[in-house]
Amino acid sequence: MKAPSFAYAKPGTLPQVFDLLERHGDGAKILAGGQSLLASLNLRLSSPELLIDITGLPGLNGIRIADGKVRIGALTTHRQIEQSSEIAEHLPLLAQAVRHVAHVAIRNVGTIGGSFALADPAAEYPACAVALDATVVLAGSKGERRVKARDFFRSLYETALVPGEIVTAVEFDAIRPNFRSVFLELARRQGDYAIVGLAAHAKADGSRFSDVRLAFLGAGATPVLAGNAMASLEGKPCSADVVAAAKEALAEDLDPPKDLTTSSAAKLHLARVLTGRALAALSQ
Amino acid sequence: MDHALDTTMILNGAPVSRRIPARQHLIDFLRDEMGLTGSHLGCEHGVCGTCTVRVDGQIVRGCLTLAVQANGKRVDTIEGMSDSGELAVLQQAFHARNALQCGFCTPGMLMAAQDLIGQKRKLSREEIRAHLSGNYCRCTGYQSIVDAIEEVLQTDVPHGQG
Ligand SMILES: Cc1cc2nc3c(=O)[nH]c(=O)nc-3n(C[C@H](O)[C@H](O)[C@H](O)COP(=O)(O)OP(=O)(O)OC[C@H]3O[C@@H](n4cnc5c(N)ncnc54)[C@H](O)[C@@H]3O)c2cc1C
Ligand code: FES
Ligand code: FES
Repeated sequence: MKAPSFAYAKPGTLPQVFDLLERHGDGAKILAGGQSLLASLNLRLSSPELLIDITGLPGLNGIRIADGKVRIGALTTHRQIEQSSEIAEHLPLLAQAVRHVAHVAIRNVGTIGGSFALADPAAEYPACAVALDATVVLAGSKGERRVKARDFFRSLYETALVPGEIVTAVEFDAIRPNFRSVFLELARRQGDYAIVGLAAHAKADGSRFSDVRLAFLGAGATPVLAGNAMASLEGKPCSADVVAAAKEALAEDLDPPKDLTTSSAAKLHLARVLTGRALAALSQ
Repeated sequence: MDHALDTTMILNGAPVSRRIPARQHLIDFLRDEMGLTGSHLGCEHGVCGTCTVRVDGQIVRGCLTLAVQANGKRVDTIEGMSDSGELAVLQQAFHARNALQCGFCTPGMLMAAQDLIGQKRKLSREEIRAHLSGNYCRCTGYQSIVDAIEEVLQTDVPHGQG
């Protein structure tokens, strides 16, 4: 289908963006890569009066490493993340995850800020952000605000963004020595949204698990941190029994919504399969 | 607020200026306004890849790009890249290997494939497939398409590299 009629503006400064957002309220939508928004407009899922194209704003694009933090500007594309040697070195979880984000032609344009603002429950970055306890940086006419990823994703496609605010960056702690990251997902076709996926991070010396973080995508309305499974692993030896107990504990952590092709029980099963693979990789 | 905008792009090497409705995506602009019907529309929501074109040297979904977003940018389509000869080797390989049947996916496939050519690295069939994962073909079963691209890549990459 064709998108409904709308107006378009491409402001050059943040205050201009905030001003437009204020004047148009609900009628305005931010346009970043457009890889989700324009698809939804073509499907006529919404009909905004105005699209505010933020890709002309200076300072929101790029990856910066400083003081053990990796700051990724909202307009940084999936492709930039995929090709960044800094991300590969300091944020291997994201480097692994980005290969599962859509297809090259979409990765060339889609942005990390758009992915966070959209908050698709099957998207890769949000689960990585929850696993790594990342911080989302928001800005509005009143200034900047910082929100932990686990508080940012509130419900299905719902975030902590309030009217008039935009995402300006996401900040992660760079990986520390002796920690490892593993990202795994199952999808029907390379690049499709995940049926279920797992962002895993832990300190592992080959004998014991510690500081284990397991965040699932496609397993709830938001990324789900598997608290029971994580607790069951803490300080335990990397043994088959311990891994089996963690998989068992997932029943208390996850109640995955069924979709068109996969039942809730099948998703839980697949989440356990991924957990086994991830723990094996982490404990190598 | 503006529902139509003056837009200038470099289309297949030549500047084009038009007043374009904001809601019009790049493929409708190319097909309906410029008569360039080589870029196709399948799903119109980002899934099938038959609308793949190049903007500032990068492949993108034409159906998920507003024509006004191309303002100040270079747009290359299957027509321009065929005329310039850039795609000639790939096109010949597609022909020789039967890598097209109905041809609906072919412009997008060639765009996505060309993106791989010139990478000075040998690619496995899996890597070729991953790169094409965003392009549907409902006829060939993909084997012959991968064959054609693999052949071009092999002739492209000097032996010993990869
Ligand atoms: C076929 C297909 C497959 C895909 N597969 C995947 C996948 O497997 N995994 C995945 O994660 N994504 C996938 N995507 C989505 C893609 O990653 C998008 O790029 C991403 O979700 C949104 O980023 P964008 O920059 O394109 O945002 P847009 O489409 O421009 O915007 C998306 C939403 O976020 C808002 N927004 C954008 N930027 C900001 C900002 N800085 N501040 C506040 N609000 C903002 C917009 O108003 C809009 O509501 C897929 C898309 C397609 C078409
Ligand atoms: S028409 Fe654009 S991806 Fe299908
Ligand atoms: S040749 Fe018919 S869709 Fe590919």
